[in-house]
Amino acid sequence: MAKITMREAISQALWEEMERDERVFILGEEVGVWGGTYAVTKGFYDHFGEKRVRDTPISEAAIIGAAIGSAMTGLRPVAEMMTINFAFSAFDHIVNEAAKLHYMFGGQFKVPLVIRAPGGGGRQLGATHSQTPDAIFAHFPGLKVVAPGTPEDAKGLLKAAIRSDDPVLFIEHATLYQVRGEVPEGDYTVPIGKSKIQRPGKDVTLITYSKMLELSTKAAEQLALEGIEVEIVDLRSLRPLDMEPVLESFKKTNRAVIVEEGWRSFGVGSEVAARIYEEAFDYADAPIKRVAQKEVPLPYNRTLEQMALPQVDDIVKAVKEVL
Amino acid sequence: MADVVSMPKLGFDMAEGTLVRWVRAEGETIAKSSVLAEIETDKATVEVESAYEGVVLRQLVKEGDIVPVNTPIAIIGAAGEAVDLKALGLQAAAGAEAAPAAVSAPAKAAETRPAASIDDKQAPRDVFIQPSEEEALMPEGVRVSPLARRMAKEGGIDLRKVKGSGPYGRIVKADIEAYWEAAPKVEERAVMPAGETVRLERQVDQVVSLSRLRSAIGRRMVEAKQQVPHFYVTHEYNMTALMALRKQINGYVSEQEKISVNDFIVKAAALALRVFPNLNASLDEKKNEVVRHGSIHVGVAVAVENGLLTVVCREADRKPLRQIAVEVKAMVGRVQAGKVRPEDIEGSTFSTSNLGMFDVEHFIAIINPPEAAILAIGSVKEVPVVENGEVKPGMRMKATLSVDHRVSDGVEAARFLQELAKYLEEPLRLLV
Repeated sequence: MAKITMREAISQALWEEMERDERVFILGEEVGVWGGTYAVTKGFYDHFGEKRVRDTPISEAAIIGAAIGSAMTGLRPVAEMMTINFAFSAFDHIVNEAAKLHYMFGGQFKVPLVIRAPGGGGRQLGATHSQTPDAIFAHFPGLKVVAPGTPEDAKGLLKAAIRSDDPVLFIEHATLYQVRGEVPEGDYTVPIGKSKIQRPGKDVTLITYSKMLELSTKAAEQLALEGIEVEIVDLRSLRPLDMEPVLESFKKTNRAVIVEEGWRSFGVGSEVAARIYEEAFDYADAPIKRVAQKEVPLPYNRTLEQMALPQVDDIVKAVKEVL
Repeated sequence: MADVVSMPKLGFDMAEGTLVRWVRAEGETIAKSSVLAEIETDKATVEVESAYEGVVLRQLVKEGDIVPVNTPIAIIGAAGEAVDLKALGLQAAAGAEAAPAAVSAPAKAAETRPAASIDDKQAPRDVFIQPSEEEALMPEGVRVSPLARRMAKEGGIDLRKVKGSGPYGRIVKADIEAYWEAAPKVEERAVMPAGETVRLERQVDQVVSLSRLRSAIGRRMVEAKQQVPHFYVTHEYNMTALMALRKQINGYVSEQEKISVNDFIVKAAALALRVFPNLNASLDEKKNEVVRHGSIHVGVAVAVENGLLTVVCREADRKPLRQIAVEVKAMVGRVQAGKVRPEDIEGSTFSTSNLGMFDVEHFIAIINPPEAAILAIGSVKEVPVVENGEVKPGMRMKATLSVDHRVSDGVEAARFLQELAKYLEEPLRLLV
């Protein structure tokens, strides 16, 4: 298998889907002539032309609104938010229109829309441009939310998202674009709503996704040196949330740590922990721990920013606390 | 100081017992391990032994009282010793004497703490969590993980006797496991009848995960038993001639070519199926059709560790017995060596299952879908048979055909078994 970057994996998925299905088109700020803020769509404009790779005005509400309309009338738009922080400007369109139209019109319309949105902190972009609001979007039924942690999953999930008849928010992590990983040759998809065991172990279940998969894996490698075998479950999709592998793993290890980049309160960890307690209380041998971002607007200063974000050491410490 | 005897727990599900009779009255002396009282549980009446030697100072419950397990029932000490319920931690239970009906509530209060001080000195492995002020606020005074609590409940372990190694002394899974290791024997000794030396040890349940093969068998059999309407017809065969013929043939051939009783049956069943193609068939429910297979591939069930597989003797009606014997033997060998090939186990059109080597009179098998029938074969036995009004020894074997009633009926099944008799009872037909 070829080792490629996350950026290349996402780019390949878009390219292949546009070649496969002429209804697929891209719209967003600077996606065309410039090639995308994170260079994901470089070369697309020249190859597919301005009709299928559309530069838009700086108005997220207009981007998502246009995308919803075209999706309802038969196209399959892939809208790019320059960052997920800007998606708040289109929040009403995303959660009140895209997520609900199919239901409010009795199934007469489908909204096969993909919104790509890079998120996450760690690049000194300040409090308003560094957020991880995944849980907010995952709160809404009708909207699928996926957030891959490996190039393989990114490519397969994006293809599945484009082929899905439901609106999908596809969350990329701004610091993962250069991460390399093996990606299968040829056309494949990864099903939305399936968690995956990324690393087997028997002592503690570590539940995570996206960027935190990378940190969790490093923590697991450190802990392995001390003879602690961590099992990592990568959620990959937040809605639908697949708890099967989580519960199966927890019933084996009896201990869990949930690692997310977003804030702890009302977060992914809260949801996963609650579900474990609801469905596997009698298997708990220790209280479940959450590792998350400190509850502050993320600082710009590099040292402070790193202090506020979850680190490998925090994960190692949390694992030891539940052992 | 005096000792307390409590209502023993005699089974996982025992919650209370009736004190039927006091064997030793207050003031009487009692030897260690002699009978103090009789109690009745849901299942039986048993005797409660005293774990202590001395005088019965006080009976805390009356005959006929229903007493929750672990509730103190008597105090044993030195003659003339004053009974200080408070010192024994039984203050609350004092009221129980006067009002036995109210026994459970005060006894429960007594249950939590006092038992500790009593058992402490006699059993060093029984380490108790010293209740700090904070812990005194916890329910039952014990911190325990949900998993450990469940394990203790299932194992009938008194959590107050387990030392917790987790944060704040929390009892966790490892502590329950360590407790099992250290103390596999439980308090049954206290209730064994006098003079009895048998010790009842707590037997731990063994939990075995289903293998993939077992799961697959399970799924298929549930499907078959639920969806295929089975009926069964049994026939008894005279095997005298076949057994003699087999002995004769096996005298001529090499070890590798020796023919088993089952090889004869495979061949005989295949030839009988030629006459009854409707039983060499599969039902296609979607199309509402029965597919009568052109070829006769006879499956033979083979036991493997923790399951079974069916090896397939293809075109069994057209092969000589020796070839059937050699092929089946080779396939069974591969199955048992874990080197089975797909073609060994796929494509049977009719199955046989033979438990003859295990001294089985007869049994019935579950159909292997989508086949229409399966033949279950019992042992060849020497039995008394009646011939012309005389009882004589004879060789007999019973076989039971299970049939899918959607495909066939009893008469056809019975006729098939008669056709099979032609070959099994006149086995030279198998050779020509």
